[in-house]
Amino acid sequence: MSARIAAIAFTVLAAILAGPVPSRGQGFSGLGADPGGFAPVVRGRALIFPADHGAHPEHRIEWWYLTANLKDASGNSYGVQWTLFRQAAMPGAQGEGWSTQQLWMGHAALTSATTHRFAEKFARGGVGQAGVETKPFSAFIDNWQMKALSPDPSALAPTELTASGKDFAYRLRLDSDRGVVLQGDAGYSVKSERGQASYYYSQPYLSVTGTIVLDGKTIEVTGQGWIDREWSSQPLASDQTGWDWFSLHLESGEKVMLFRLRHADGKDFYAGNWIGTDGKSELIAASAIAMTPLGTTQVAGRPIPTAWRIAIPSRGLSVESQPLNPQSWMDTRFQYWEGPVTVKGTQNGIGYLEMTGY
Amino acid sequence: MTALWIMRVLLSHWMRHRMQLATLLIGLMSATALWSGVQAINQQARTSYDRAASAFGGGNTAMLLPGDDVTVPQSLFATLRRAGWLVSPVLEGRVRIGERSVRLIGIEPLSLPRDAGPAPGLSDAKLLQGFLSPGGQTLIAPRTAADFGWRADQVLTTESGERLPPLQLAPDLLPDLLVADIGFAQTILRQPDRISRFLIDPAPGGERLPLAQVAGSQLRLVEAGSESDLQRLTASFHLNLTAFGLLSFLVGLFIVHSAIGLAFEQRLPMLRTLRACGVSASRLVSVLLAELVMLALIAGVAGLACGYLIASALLPDVAASLRGLYGAAVPGQLVIQPQWWIAGLAMCVAGSLVAAAGALVRVLRLPLLVSAQPYAWQLSQRRWLIGQALLATAILIAALAAFRFGTSLLTAFAVLAGALLGAALLLPVLLNVMLRTGEAMSRGPVALWAWADSRQQLSGLSLALMALLLALAVNVGVGTMVGSFSKTFLRWLDGRLAADIYLVVPDPNRAAGIEAWLRQRPDIDAVLPAARADVRIGGEPVELFGLADHATYRDLWPLLEARANVWDGVRDGRSVLVSEQLGRRLGIKLGDRVRLPTPSGDWIAEVGGLYADYGNPKGQITVNTDQLLQRFVAAGRTRFGLRVKSGAIPEVMRELESTFGLGRRDLADQATVKAESQRIFNRTFAVTSVLNAFTLGVAGVALFTSLLTLGQSRLPQLAPLWALGVTRRRLAVLELCKTMLLALMTALLALPLGIGVAWCLIEVVNVKAFGWRLPLEIFPGELARLLLVAMAAALVATLLPMLKLGRMRPVALLKVFADER
Repeated sequence: MSARIAAIAFTVLAAILAGPVPSRGQGFSGLGADPGGFAPVVRGRALIFPADHGAHPEHRIEWWYLTANLKDASGNSYGVQWTLFRQAAMPGAQGEGWSTQQLWMGHAALTSATTHRFAEKFARGGVGQAGVETKPFSAFIDNWQMKALSPDPSALAPTELTASGKDFAYRLRLDSDRGVVLQGDAGYSVKSERGQASYYYSQPYLSVTGTIVLDGKTIEVTGQGWIDREWSSQPLASDQTGWDWFSLHLESGEKVMLFRLRHADGKDFYAGNWIGTDGKSELIAASAIAMTPLGTTQVAGRPIPTAWRIAIPSRGLSVESQPLNPQSWMDTRFQYWEGPVTVKGTQNGIGYLEMTGY
Repeated sequence: MTALWIMRVLLSHWMRHRMQLATLLIGLMSATALWSGVQAINQQARTSYDRAASAFGGGNTAMLLPGDDVTVPQSLFATLRRAGWLVSPVLEGRVRIGERSVRLIGIEPLSLPRDAGPAPGLSDAKLLQGFLSPGGQTLIAPRTAADFGWRADQVLTTESGERLPPLQLAPDLLPDLLVADIGFAQTILRQPDRISRFLIDPAPGGERLPLAQVAGSQLRLVEAGSESDLQRLTASFHLNLTAFGLLSFLVGLFIVHSAIGLAFEQRLPMLRTLRACGVSASRLVSVLLAELVMLALIAGVAGLACGYLIASALLPDVAASLRGLYGAAVPGQLVIQPQWWIAGLAMCVAGSLVAAAGALVRVLRLPLLVSAQPYAWQLSQRRWLIGQALLATAILIAALAAFRFGTSLLTAFAVLAGALLGAALLLPVLLNVMLRTGEAMSRGPVALWAWADSRQQLSGLSLALMALLLALAVNVGVGTMVGSFSKTFLRWLDGRLAADIYLVVPDPNRAAGIEAWLRQRPDIDAVLPAARADVRIGGEPVELFGLADHATYRDLWPLLEARANVWDGVRDGRSVLVSEQLGRRLGIKLGDRVRLPTPSGDWIAEVGGLYADYGNPKGQITVNTDQLLQRFVAAGRTRFGLRVKSGAIPEVMRELESTFGLGRRDLADQATVKAESQRIFNRTFAVTSVLNAFTLGVAGVALFTSLLTLGQSRLPQLAPLWALGVTRRRLAVLELCKTMLLALMTALLALPLGIGVAWCLIEVVNVKAFGWRLPLEIFPGELARLLLVAMAAALVATLLPMLKLGRMRPVALLKVFADER
């Protein structure tokens, strides 16, 4: 879910909410990306829990991200998204109360085959309207909340998750029998050949139960979920125009995270991790990934590649991805496509697809 | 085509009677002008209240307001948001910058509902970025900045030493308003972690917990569209203006009625001829209607123009009274909306149709071939008088019922209107009785004729006399009310402004230094610290006012009602004093217990006294200064009254100014405060006086037109007398005496009625509108003066028709016999 670093945060929070932030691409003349006074992202820094479940205000941007593929008793499929973004508008001392420079944004969505509902929220830090607490873990903005139910502070699950908008709501319980998984190289996830990177870990082994409310009907659902945690300080490269990102739950129990950062010159940046049933996470070489659009759907007045062919020959994977609802458009202040998908081929599975910059 | 010809024939009458046309137009114009002028003022004021209220909370936005206190803790914001309430916090206060006191509103732009007010929102990233930047911004309307001589990016410092973020011009912002981020506002207003109100985003959100569960009784929900405090407080003021406007309109219609009646009377032969020529009654009426509407439109437009002028002339005074009385900022520049023109014209046309209805019905029923019968006036007049007496009785009974059972200000005005209308209708009946008595007592044919003829004149003059009665009665009433108020107010002011010098030092540390300096001066008899704090009681904003325990107040402070040893109770915090209007609004009586919410818990005290607090829109409770400061630590010992040895006042003032650099806003001597209070008081009633004079003028015009009408139609009655040997001069003098007698009787009847009106204004309207009761004072000198003015007006109005009669050529009188209609 790496590419979200650049775009969502820097287009939405930076442009809309924040104070003086370097423009996109600033600080890319040299080798690495300039964190502009924020804490840099360093290869080899060990992630420590539960501390790293909490916020990193010294870094510019951060998020807590959940996606879930769900089914009701009659076999209908649904998708749920819950996201809390944090951004520091200024490096350095963050201030207290209203003078804090921490800004928060929440996105929530509920997708079925026929409809896609979403809502967004904005908040300033420092006054208790939004934030993340550890011991026990709790991430919230207004009455949307991701709250650990376990007394073990380092566990992200079991967790209660709630969100509601004007035309939907959900209340889910997330359980897991395994720990978190580090993405990239032991949590250091590279985003461009020029050195942009983020800290990135996931909890892909979530079983989900609970209820969704759609059009006034409360529906019992079960399924699989995936939490992503990522933070960074560096902007996206100026020639990166958008990305396409997958998280997949394969029938074998293995998990796959893949993304493509599109470059204006066509030389796209690929990366991914293959996560075994034992929780072992391995980098997939960029050369080993093939992601090809199979066709486009007209969404919000623009063509968007909602169907894909994905091939990772080194892992014997060759699948086609179809969306549950091709109109899974997040018509929020920063607009993007995000929705549940089904993959069929050498392995079958379900997952989530996110596409920005179209 | 025929219609056009009929119209030409009808209009030819006006060409020959230009004076009559002028009266008709003047009547319509003055009615429209006064009414629409008052409406324009009301509209202007209401628009500015709406605008003021719509700034971040008010009219269009649902809100959560503090239940008891003036502010609530900020922690409620997160609690509410996390319970699903889409609320946005607002902190409001006033800052003093230089010589100005400016309203400052602190907002939180991310949660601010989209339509709550002109502020940077999520939709404009650039504006928002600047507003939320660490240095922040203070938004101000460009016009206000220009008025105050401030420029963009200027950093203002408040009197208490707080720096505002740099000014940023915001074109859509309201005048006289500063807007900053809530974090800055809390610092500037010295209200850390406090919130004045929460605005509720109307956008549909998810579910939310019940308010009582989230905030207990700390907050109450106020739905969108509720009346703002300002609207509620000023409603009575505008109702007063409207009542005056309506009265003027009605008086104007009397003129129209008599002018149309005269025109009809004179055109009767013409109409009959037209009918004889084959014009159907309905056609004739429709052409008459068209003529009337045309005249009404012409007069209406002219009247609106005059109304605009009147409103522009009165607006500065009205704006000043509204600011003085209610703190409402109404721009002095009149802005007229199109609906005002339309409403004014519609009112004018409708009014003239009503005034002409009787005449038009008579045209419809006009007997075609029957020549004019000698008017069987006696029979008809008796029926008419009996009918009118019955109607008057019914109206008076209704007014009495409204007085007995009514509770609202509107019913108070209904009482007033009923009393006036009933009295007006009763006037011809009373005059008739008086004339009959006179007739019974007189000897000689001419005298008998004069009395009888006066009675006959009644039906023609009665409308004008009724107008005169109304105008006079209202004048007497309003004059008595204002006079009583003025006298009471001045007496009250003397007691209330007991100290010699008043001093406000916003910074408590500085204030302590000044207090110490004052206390060691030998020429100062007493330093009396005062304090104030704001609370809410029963949803009402209430001002808590602290007074020192000192003989100055014990001896001089005017109390309406009090328990024994009330000041001891006040000193110990057991008792409080409640202002009359607050007591009336909340139903608090002497001896009741009141609960005052304070930061350190509830303060329960007995009501030891009630006092008048004229001119204060807010309810007030007076307590002991030390008791107040104990409970409201943040209030600060910053206000002082000084008792100074006689003759030393200028010296002390001068030294305070030079030693501590205190300006004219911090420091005032008793005389200045008194003069300022009187100035505000006088301006408040300036509008009333102007409208009053206008109404009397209009009544004079009504009398004048009625007499013109009568002069014309009464020739058949006068001609026989002339033929019998009474000279024209004698006839004219007789006529003059008769009219003056009628006017005098009317004016004399108007005096008791006017005092009744004053009583009604003081005992009913004032109490309901402002919450205070005054003693009724009668000013005989004033009444005599008014009587003279009325008689002079009647004389002027009578003179012209009488001169005409005196100079009438005998042939005109002879002609009456020749072509009796």
